[in-house]
Amino acid sequence: MAQLYDCRDAFAAALEEIATNDLRICAVVNDSVGSSKVANFGKRFPDRLINVGIAEQTMVGLAAGLANSGKIPFVCAASPFLTGRALEQIKADVAYADANVKLAGMSPGLAYGELGPTHHSIEDLAWTRSIANMTVIVPADPLETDQAIRAAAEHHGPVFLRIGRMPVPMVHDDDHRFEIGKAACLRDGRDITLIAAGTMVSRALQAADLLVAEGVQARVLNMATIRPLDTDAVLAAAVETGGIVTVEEHTIYGGLGGAVAEAVVVKHLVPMRILGVPGIFAPTGSAEWLLEHFGLTAQGIRDAALELVQAKV
Amino acid sequence: MRLVDTQHVERLRTLATAIRRRDLQMVYDAKLGHIGGDFSDIDILVALYFSVLRVDPNKPNNPDRDRFILSKGHSAGALYTTLAYRGFIPLDELNTFAQPLSRLNGHPDRKKVPGVETNTGPLGHGLPVAVGCAVAAKIDGAAWRTFVLTGDGELQEGSNWEAALSAAHYKLDNLTVIIDRNGLQQGDFTERTMHLDPLAEKWRAFGWSVREVNGHDYAALLDVFDQLPFEWGRPNCIIAHTHKGQGVSFMRDRPAWHHRVPNAEEYAQALQELDAQGGEHGSAL
Ligand SMILES: Cc1ncc(C[n+]2csc(CCOP(=O)(O)OP(=O)(O)O)c2C)c(N)n1
Ligand SMILES: [Mg+2]
Repeated sequence: MAQLYDCRDAFAAALEEIATNDLRICAVVNDSVGSSKVANFGKRFPDRLINVGIAEQTMVGLAAGLANSGKIPFVCAASPFLTGRALEQIKADVAYADANVKLAGMSPGLAYGELGPTHHSIEDLAWTRSIANMTVIVPADPLETDQAIRAAAEHHGPVFLRIGRMPVPMVHDDDHRFEIGKAACLRDGRDITLIAAGTMVSRALQAADLLVAEGVQARVLNMATIRPLDTDAVLAAAVETGGIVTVEEHTIYGGLGGAVAEAVVVKHLVPMRILGVPGIFAPTGSAEWLLEHFGLTAQGIRDAALELVQAKV
Repeated sequence: MRLVDTQHVERLRTLATAIRRRDLQMVYDAKLGHIGGDFSDIDILVALYFSVLRVDPNKPNNPDRDRFILSKGHSAGALYTTLAYRGFIPLDELNTFAQPLSRLNGHPDRKKVPGVETNTGPLGHGLPVAVGCAVAAKIDGAAWRTFVLTGDGELQEGSNWEAALSAAHYKLDNLTVIIDRNGLQQGDFTERTMHLDPLAEKWRAFGWSVREVNGHDYAALLDVFDQLPFEWGRPNCIIAHTHKGQGVSFMRDRPAWHHRVPNAEEYAQALQELDAQGGEHGSAL
């Protein structure tokens, strides 16, 4: 079995490394030093770790103030509270005012499992993606997390990053180069395209393996940037494979699937399936159990893809 | 001050030890929970549910019931166990805590669990909702009261202070906030994370009538609840001085026990300590 990683570790290591060379880098947290893995950052750079206590609105507003005064703040907090509680600060103080703030939403999707719908962050992509001037990134593995943190720091302007705690295998080779706004084609195919992000990328790759047995060659795209969307890659997928299945650890409304569908409808209409949480508050269950429950598994993706291929002909 | 019924106080204390024991077992089995915060507020919950709140487990939706809102929703384990001992849910159901499709989610859901008044989990939500309940009772001229239990770290959320303004503005003497002042939050002590003191003065400045009490002393708790409302026309604030992890020596006042799950050895030791306090007898009550 492949080794599995918690992307928060790569996040914390990358943040510390860029903070060593760039004194503008700060971390801003909401009593989330442990859950955001920035305890060591605080030890190394005590002046540059700002803990506002349990106060997400102030956390984001304060980060905007830091940014407008020359700092590069990374706000590190559980994604449901960062995006849900501070959404207006994200819109007005960060995006509208074009403050150079990086928002790192920790443990997104269904990662909090049994802690329930208040702690699930399955709306964060829809919320942040709908705000003008936002860049939205969902890294799939530690390598991409590391590169995305550096790219976010170099990019001028608001960025929201989803930093997963669900254990994921490495899906990229060492020569992978993450670029904001560019999809990575991890496997080519002509019969259908699976477009996934974050935790779902490795599962989409496994689904593509399963589809081979059915004589289906699936293309797999890692859509690590949700906004701006790589519409060229989507258009090519539509034209060349004639069908698209999107997979995300998010509600099926307004996230990756929504973004891809918006592009497909305008550019080249093909049949689609959007896999995710079907617009309900999840029942009680562990994160892994919930992913199974909602069919967000290699088998679930395979089934949806096969059904779509069969519907196509 | 009312005469303290020592037998009743002893009964509550024993019950609380049994509830701590059962809660610990539940968290240990589920490998999930917030035992430190649970043990901090169980004495308050027991005082409320077994001596103060006018609630009927057979009529959980009775419109005339007192409302209790657990704003620190991460203490769901303490609430579920207390609700079970009070007869709102079967004791057996505690075995399902956090299991697939259970009603007993990691944070309380009013659509699933009788006796739960609102869904909490994100901090700083309970008080605004409680203010709404209390305003509704005032509109109706109803006698039922609203109680809300918050954490102390939780008070760093601005929403609490907005709601505190509203409650004073609407003269909600039918509303009581109880603050679980254990001095700890998730990562550290509150005063090292973000100062809250002087806390009583803050609530007074917001127009509330404030009392401070030892949150593990039943005689003192019952006495203070007995004095409600403290002043006509003012909302009531009870600052309950507590210890996170109260009841188990190695958990008490230790930040790490915010959401740590005991290993087998720690579990055995904790059970032993609780049993020495009479925990195994509580279920017979
Ligand atoms: C809005 C929000 N931010 C962060 C959290 C994560 N969180 C859960 S419990 C907790 C600490 C709470 O401390 P306190 O209110 O003092 O409760 P207690 O000490 O009684 O456990 C934190 C930060 C949350 N649940 N909600
Ligand atoms: Mg506390």
